[in-house]
Amino acid sequence: MELKVHRPAVKPRAGRTAVLWKRIKQQKLLLLMSVPFVGYVFIFNYMPLWGWLMAFQNYKLGTSIMNNEWVGLTHFRELFQDEMFIQVLRNTLAMSVINLVFGFVSSITLALMLNEVRKLLFKRFVQTISYLPHFISWVVAANLIMTVFSLDGVVNAVLLQLNIIKEPILLLSEPKAFWWMIGISNVWKEVGWNAIIYLAAMAMINPSLYEAAEIDGAGRFRKMWSITLPSMVPLIAILLIMNIGRLLDAGFEQQYLLMNTMVVDYAETIDIYVLKYGINLSRYSFATAAGIFKSVICIILLVSANQLAKRMGHSRLF
Amino acid sequence: MKAATGARRAVKFRWTWFDIFNSALLLCLMVVTLYPFANMAAVSLNEAVDTTLGSNFIWPRAFTLYNYEVILKDSIIYHAFMISVLRTVIGTVTSVFCTAMLAYTLSRPEFMLRGAISLLFVLTMYFSGGLIPVYMLIKSMGLTNSFWVYIIPGLVGAFNLIVMRSFIEGLPESLVESAKIDGANDFGIFIRIILPLCMPAIATVSLFVAVGQWNNWFDTFLYNSSNVQLSTLQYELLKKLQSANMSIGSSATSAFLNNQNADANQVTPTSMRAAITMLATLPILFVYPFLQKYFVKGMTLGGVKE
Repeated sequence: MELKVHRPAVKPRAGRTAVLWKRIKQQKLLLLMSVPFVGYVFIFNYMPLWGWLMAFQNYKLGTSIMNNEWVGLTHFRELFQDEMFIQVLRNTLAMSVINLVFGFVSSITLALMLNEVRKLLFKRFVQTISYLPHFISWVVAANLIMTVFSLDGVVNAVLLQLNIIKEPILLLSEPKAFWWMIGISNVWKEVGWNAIIYLAAMAMINPSLYEAAEIDGAGRFRKMWSITLPSMVPLIAILLIMNIGRLLDAGFEQQYLLMNTMVVDYAETIDIYVLKYGINLSRYSFATAAGIFKSVICIILLVSANQLAKRMGHSRLF
Repeated sequence: MKAATGARRAVKFRWTWFDIFNSALLLCLMVVTLYPFANMAAVSLNEAVDTTLGSNFIWPRAFTLYNYEVILKDSIIYHAFMISVLRTVIGTVTSVFCTAMLAYTLSRPEFMLRGAISLLFVLTMYFSGGLIPVYMLIKSMGLTNSFWVYIIPGLVGAFNLIVMRSFIEGLPESLVESAKIDGANDFGIFIRIILPLCMPAIATVSLFVAVGQWNNWFDTFLYNSSNVQLSTLQYELLKKLQSANMSIGSSATSAFLNNQNADANQVTPTSMRAAITMLATLPILFVYPFLQKYFVKGMTLGGVKE
C-alpha cells in the first residue's frame, strides 16, 4: 500500500496521451481479457436497440433497416386500436398483480415459518425440498401441473372425496380460473427459492432484540410481528421496486405452456402477442412496436418506483 | 454455568403448540411440492396399460422399465438427450470461464475500464432489445440452425458477473500483490491464484448456467425448430406436451387403447411423457442438493447489487 501512495508523480511535461498510453501498456493483459466482452455485450445487448427503428417502418425481411419506408407512429396507433392488444394488456396486468401479491405473501410467510423451526436438520431438509421446483424447466413443471389438475388427477380426486364438487372439472380449461392457476403454479415453483433472500435477512437480525422482547414478555407471534417483520421492511421495499419494474413481465413460458384453446382469451400475455405477430405472422414492425411499448413502460415504472422509495426514505435500487 | 445453559436448552426444545402447527404446515408444503414428482416417477415406472386404470399413486403398481427402454431406443429422443448434455457441458464451461475472467479484471482497482464495463453489463439487467430485434440479429448473424446459438448469446450474464466479482473482491488483496512482486502477469494470476480460490462462486454460477442450459427450450423453438438434429430434450418434451394438450378433455389414453390389444409390453403417450419428464428432471435432482451451501450464499451476494 505504501508503495502505491508514494509512487513518483508523472512528469508534468508528459502529455495526457503519453500517460494514457503508458497505462494502456501497463494494463494490456487486463484489457485483452476484458475488451472482447465489451464487443460481445455491445452486439448481443445493445445492437438490438437499433432494431427498435423497425417499429417506425414497414420492415421487410432481408432488407437493410436504412432502406425501408418510414411510417411514423402508424404501428403504435394500430396497436392501441387492436382489441386483442387491450385484452392482452389486461391479462398481463392481472396475472402480474396476482403473481406479485401471491409471490410476496407466500415467500415471506414461508421464510417466517422456516425461521421459527428450531431443529436445524428439519429446516435444512424442508429448504432443500422447497428449492426443487425452481430448478426444473417450465416444460417439466407444466407436465406435472397438467397431470395434477387433469380429469383423473389428484386435485379432482381430493375435491370429489371432500364433496366440494360433484363432477371432475378441468381447472386449466376454465377461462375464469386461469389467472389464479398461473398464480398458484408460480407459487408452487418459486416459493422456496424466493424465501432464500428473506431468510438471509432474518439471520442478520441482532439476537439481543429478541432477548429484550422475551424479557418484556413477548410471545412468538409478537416477536415475529414487532421485530422480524419490521427488520425486513427495507429489503421488502427494494424487492418491491424491482418487481414493480417488471409489472408488464407476467411471464411467458408458464402461460404459453399451460394454455389451451379454451382459455386463450385469458392466457395470452404481451410476450405471447409479440411472438405470435412477430414470428408466426412475420409482422416484424408491428410486433417490435408492441415490444417497445412494454420496455418503455417497464423503465417508467422502475424509475418512478425508485423515486417513491427514495421519498419514503427507504433504500433504493439506484 | 453449564447447568444453566443446559436448562435453557431444555426449555428451548420443548414442543409447543406453535411448533407442532408450524412443523405440520411445513410437512404439508413438502407433500404438495413432492407429490407431482413422486406421481410422475411412479407412472414412468408403471406398466402403461395398468396406468390407464387410474394414475393417482406414488408407488408403481406393476413395475417395469419398459417405458424408459422405449424412449432411450427412440433415436430422436436419444439424440435430443445427447444435444442437451452437450450444450450443458460446453455452455457451462465456456460461460463460467469467461465470466470469471471478466469478473477478475473488473475486481482490479487499478483497471482503467473497471467502472465503464461494469456499468455496461449492469444496465443490461434493466432493459432488453425485445424478442423481435434479438431474433433478427441472431438470424442476420447466421446463428440460426446452428449449435452455437445455444452457447454464444448467453456467454456472460450480468447477474453471474456480479456474483463472481463480489466473491473475487472478497479475497485478500495481498494474494495478487505478492504474485505481482514475484513477476506473475494478470492472466497467470487469474489462472493460478484466483480461479482455484473461487470454487464456491464457480459452483454457484456453474449451477445457474448449467440449469439454464439444460432447461432452455425457447432457443431451440425459436432458432432451431426446423432442424431435428439440433433438437433438445426439453423441446421434444414440449412437443409431446402439446400433442397431449390438443386432446385435452378427451382421454387420449383410452382412445389409444381401444385400437390396440391389451398387452403388457406397450406404451401410451402418457407413460412416454412421464418417462421423458423424469429423464429431464433426474440430472437436476442429482446435482442441486449438493450445491445448496454455495448457491444460497451466491444468491445473497448477487442480491446486494451495486
